[in-house]
Amino acid sequence: MGLLQYIGQRLLTYVAVLFIGISITFFLPRLMPNDPIDGYIAQIQSRAGQTLTPEAAAEIRATLTELYGLEGSLFTQYLNYLRRVVFGFDFGPSFSAFPRPVSELIMLALPWTLGLLLTTTVISWLLGNLIGLLAGYYHNRRFATALEVLGVLIYPIPYYILALTLILLLAYTWKLFPLSTTIRPAPLSLAQIGSILYNSALPALTLVIAGFGWNILSMKSLSVATKEEPFVTFARLKGTSDRTRMFSYVFRNALLPQVTALALSLGTIFNGALLTEMLFSYPGLGLLMRTAVGNGDYNMLYGTITMTIFAVATAALVIDLIYPLFDPRIRYR
Amino acid sequence: MIKLNNIVATYTTTRGQVNAVDGVSLEIPKGIILGIAGESGCGKSTLMKVIYGDIGYPLALSSGGVDYGFTDAKGRPVTSATIREQWFRRISYIPQSSMSSMNPVVRIREQFVDFQGSGLNKAKVLDEVRAYVKQLDLPPEVIDAYPHQLSGGMRQRVMVAMATFFQPELILADEPTTALDVVVQKGILLLLMELQERMKNTIIFVSHDMGVHYQITHKMLIMYAAKAVEYGDSEAIFRAPLHPYTRMLIRSLPTIGDTQTREGVAGRPPSLWENLQGCRFAARCPLATELCRTREPAFVEHRPGQFAACHYAGEQPATSEQPVASEAAV
Amino acid sequence: MKQLLRLRGAAALPVGESAEAQRGRLKLNLRLKIGLTILAFFAIASFTLPFFTDVDPAQQGTYLKNLPISWKHPLGTNTQGQSIFWYLVFAVRNSLALGITVAICISFISTMVGLSAGYIGGWYERLVMLLIDSVITIPVLPILIILSALVRGKTSFFLVGLIIVCFGWAWGARTVRSLALSLREREFVNMARFSGANTFQIITREIFPYVYAYMVVNFINTILFAINTEAALAVLGLSKVEVPTLGSILFWALNYNALFIGQRTWVIAPIVASVLLFLGLFLTSTGYNDLFAARRGRA
Repeated sequence: MGLLQYIGQRLLTYVAVLFIGISITFFLPRLMPNDPIDGYIAQIQSRAGQTLTPEAAAEIRATLTELYGLEGSLFTQYLNYLRRVVFGFDFGPSFSAFPRPVSELIMLALPWTLGLLLTTTVISWLLGNLIGLLAGYYHNRRFATALEVLGVLIYPIPYYILALTLILLLAYTWKLFPLSTTIRPAPLSLAQIGSILYNSALPALTLVIAGFGWNILSMKSLSVATKEEPFVTFARLKGTSDRTRMFSYVFRNALLPQVTALALSLGTIFNGALLTEMLFSYPGLGLLMRTAVGNGDYNMLYGTITMTIFAVATAALVIDLIYPLFDPRIRYR
Repeated sequence: MIKLNNIVATYTTTRGQVNAVDGVSLEIPKGIILGIAGESGCGKSTLMKVIYGDIGYPLALSSGGVDYGFTDAKGRPVTSATIREQWFRRISYIPQSSMSSMNPVVRIREQFVDFQGSGLNKAKVLDEVRAYVKQLDLPPEVIDAYPHQLSGGMRQRVMVAMATFFQPELILADEPTTALDVVVQKGILLLLMELQERMKNTIIFVSHDMGVHYQITHKMLIMYAAKAVEYGDSEAIFRAPLHPYTRMLIRSLPTIGDTQTREGVAGRPPSLWENLQGCRFAARCPLATELCRTREPAFVEHRPGQFAACHYAGEQPATSEQPVASEAAV
Repeated sequence: MKQLLRLRGAAALPVGESAEAQRGRLKLNLRLKIGLTILAFFAIASFTLPFFTDVDPAQQGTYLKNLPISWKHPLGTNTQGQSIFWYLVFAVRNSLALGITVAICISFISTMVGLSAGYIGGWYERLVMLLIDSVITIPVLPILIILSALVRGKTSFFLVGLIIVCFGWAWGARTVRSLALSLREREFVNMARFSGANTFQIITREIFPYVYAYMVVNFINTILFAINTEAALAVLGLSKVEVPTLGSILFWALNYNALFIGQRTWVIAPIVASVLLFLGLFLTSTGYNDLFAARRGRA
């Protein structure tokens, strides 16, 4: 299919996925037996230590219903929700930080999450692929087996275990890094940058290590398989240097499925990032989510989740659109 | 003159070692097209590898070697030990499948300049390449294209261009037309013949298609079960084959106008794993006697310029004979 | 969730097996052996040991707090007065049980969806693929978080498992469907079709045996995924943390600031156990993968 067709199809899928994602976010909680308003009223009552008068309760209920967008039939709610979210990115006010709107808080946290994610994903993807390439191209040497064993040991370790292990080792036993992130808002100075890097080191390290184990293994397999391809053998018979063969022939071809794989694993990567942020109290979306759960701040929850879906879908779209740059067979029919 | 001196090439596998080429000695004059024919597993591909110098685990040259008849930059004669430096300079290679032999994500022009020692002035080299491919009926734009944008025939021509651009003295072609349809096949064959005429180099050509051999080769080598069984001028071989196996191969060729049933060659080659005694073709040979089964025939010159390894070279079996294809048109 | 991606071309090995490939075969049998040994150890230990104790490890105050490692308490006790060793045993058992059950459900759903999508094709396939892509894009964790937050207090272990199933089937379905696609046009399928077998028969009798190899590997990977997801939720305190699992043990340890009070065993023991368990699952999964690939290459 032509390039335009390819792009068009991807865009369509993108919109559809966003739509379905937002809808699921909307419907799923409303299918749960809990009524958040009841929960909130109960919270207030337990905090105040007394029961509210029926009128006061009713008043609160009315306000909350409107705030939460729970008025009207399910369908009206749905339409309102869609309208607000899609056109205004408006999730209403945050509960715990009332009356600041959710979107404002999300926009504050977003750069942190994106910054962390982008840097760590790029590093772990590049590093993992390069190491995997070496291990695959020179798969007969002993260092290749060592690298593979490294990958095997790292890959199955889940994010939270890695995070905890790093905390255990680098923050607790050898007090190199802080146990949890404390980044005070301050103007961007060298000292501030230093503080940011120092506090972000552990979460970043967790994400990089968690990500590159899989890259090493899959790239190694791909490299080994690609190296057996006739065109790589023919290049050898032409006398092409090992370096050219490794990079121009094996790497550039093995990279293609890796790019696709990256796009597919974005959900996982995001998952891991959020989890890591929560464990390290890193001031990103993850932390917002965590505190929102603790406070029963439902608007915030919907906001962060929708933001997550949007980020993942967009990142996947971007990668899909970049793919033709790697594969000329799609670029030119 | 290219000399093959008692080449024994061995494969090492978990089952043990096996000689895929078991003692082949030949002299190949320069400036001809030599065809190597034989069934699958007869050792022709391995022999090609040895001649090209592509020897590496699990393949090893147990004994013998090749004298190429030309010298390297330092004036020393090139042998099997040093042939690797001459890859795509004095010796080149045309692979079987053009589609799988080109890097799909890199433009063709890059693949023209990444062989050894071609690096100096890439732009100049590419200009010359573009001029050169016109001689092969290719528009110069193909150099800037990606492999998948060309048709199969054009791609094979590009491979031929790649293999001949540096004007090598020896070109090895491994079934270069097998993957093509007959019309394109003819084009490539004519191209090879034309280039050989013009550049006066030597082409060694492997194919299991006897018809192709008939059309373009000057001399032929027939192999069977890792051994050379016949060698000589193609015309002589097709007219009056010395070895019974050759006779069977030729007889299995179809001829236009001939309505007789074609006979295949019954049976299978012996397994090279076994301890083979005597002539390896004895089990399938209509002329085989006790002598054949016990004593291996030597590869000798039975007629001027024609070699065969058979105790009864030149004899015909007593059963009804079909005339050997004299004007086989393929 | 980390799942292995199947390489499309990696199935076929060169016909003439080089010594390299043969060495590879030995290597992968080693992987499989190690993996299976680890798994067997964990499974047998965690499923049989509980019969040897009638103390509920989750009950607090059974023993004195923070006792060091001794013969009576192989891993000591924690701040809640529980035996860390026994808690861990039950934790492994529950995690494994959950993982296996969830994996079975997910495998069933994803296989059915994937096979049908790949084989039937047309608009059905397109719709299913859209659904799959959407579910894959939605990061599981946030959804799980919001759901757990909503049913807080009323969570049951079963519900957590159910939620994991709801969001975990998509990946497997995708893989199975591409398999089914590649098999759909093969000769033997067409033959079955021409001899009158209906869609269901074709799917189960012809395509299924080929898909089987991937299913085994996928199954093990899914177990990994399920255990992980539940543990991730538990560590955050969003699963039913009263039930001992690999995640909840970490939750309690963190909750009681185990690191600050020097209770290292409480944290290290589950970490080591988790890593070993996951390693075992992973080795088994790749071991089988290589085994099946080698068999296909030889065939």
